[in-house]
Amino acid sequence: MNSFKNAGHLFRLAAVFAAGLLVFLVIRGFLVPRSFGRYGHYRGNAIAELAARPVNFAGHQTCEDCHADVLQNKKDGRHARVNCEACHGPLAKHADDPISLTPPKLDTALLCVRCHEANGAKPKTFPQVASADHSGGLACDTCHQPHSPAIVAEATK
Amino acid sequence: MNVTRRHMLLLLPAAAVAWKYVKAGTPASAPNYKTAEHWWGMLIDVPKCIGCGNCVRACQAENDVPDGYFRTWVERYHVSDYDIENPVVDSPDGGKKGFPPVKAEGGKNFFVPKLCNHCADSPCTQVCPVGATFISPEGVVLVDQTYCLGCRYCVQACPYGCRFIHPQKNVAEKCSLCYHRITKGLTTACCESCPTGARQLADLKNPADPIHEFLKTHSVHVLKPNMATHAKVYYNELDGSVR
Repeated sequence: MNSFKNAGHLFRLAAVFAAGLLVFLVIRGFLVPRSFGRYGHYRGNAIAELAARPVNFAGHQTCEDCHADVLQNKKDGRHARVNCEACHGPLAKHADDPISLTPPKLDTALLCVRCHEANGAKPKTFPQVASADHSGGLACDTCHQPHSPAIVAEATK
Repeated sequence: MNVTRRHMLLLLPAAAVAWKYVKAGTPASAPNYKTAEHWWGMLIDVPKCIGCGNCVRACQAENDVPDGYFRTWVERYHVSDYDIENPVVDSPDGGKKGFPPVKAEGGKNFFVPKLCNHCADSPCTQVCPVGATFISPEGVVLVDQTYCLGCRYCVQACPYGCRFIHPQKNVAEKCSLCYHRITKGLTTACCESCPTGARQLADLKNPADPIHEFLKTHSVHVLKPNMATHAKVYYNELDGSVR
């Protein structure tokens, strides 16, 4: 039994280690978020938090629910595949409260040239004009209807 | 010695409780949307881009991106006939207000929209020391801004320059592929506002998504394929000079 005479040192050392480990585990338990590591080396709840943010652009489907008349007007024109909010801007708030929040009428003189002002880097097939020469300062909607921009001759109307 | 062992026995239940905290997790709630059913990417149809800057403005409006910083931006390339390896690139204010007329004569000019490539092997997520940025189960590279330290490792790790430090929050900020929209069944703000369809959100796990047919029938590239990042933003008819 002589060989175990000084075994107390080892037990004390083991106790210190065990206490240290315990303190580490307790602190870690409080500091590491509960969902950390659920899907990978990150906080799993972050996914749901990021997904929960509200949207600003309502999406084309939402516009279609109410504005069937505009859709009908658009469907055969060159702008058929341009989403409403591409020109009208983010309108999720209007979709949530259509009565009190109405979007302002757009200034076609500023809006149309964003896409249609001539630029050498634009694809050659894309319809472009040098706005100063083309309209002489008139607003685009004097002649073109933005929802269906081709000019229809009076006789065919 | 007996005293220590008795204390040890008393402390064991406490340790068990602590371990429960370590192991436990609360499940994420996302009704009608299953992360395992999607694998998101984007298609950029370069010949369709008109450089209108709608995507940049839409992104800014949707995601509160501070002025002068960009989650997405549009570059204009001018490639001279005589020096195709050294294109001249400009992107005034990220293309947010459109582009001035082309000055250079000859050569070719075109627009290239840029955004996070949502790499399947993303260098930026690998360097994060705290696990604040990660690839979500559906392949979107996200930042957990409540966990980010703002150490900037990820900013310098991204080979595409798609990350920045938010000037007020002092944490990493980047394109989230409008994660809050795509999980609600909407497309991204940039795709929603693109007037020519140059940008299209693509779900590579959805067999009905037109991306599959498009990839089969078009000459599609990713940016910096030599970096082996497995980028998921696909560029149709990308010019070889684009970096």
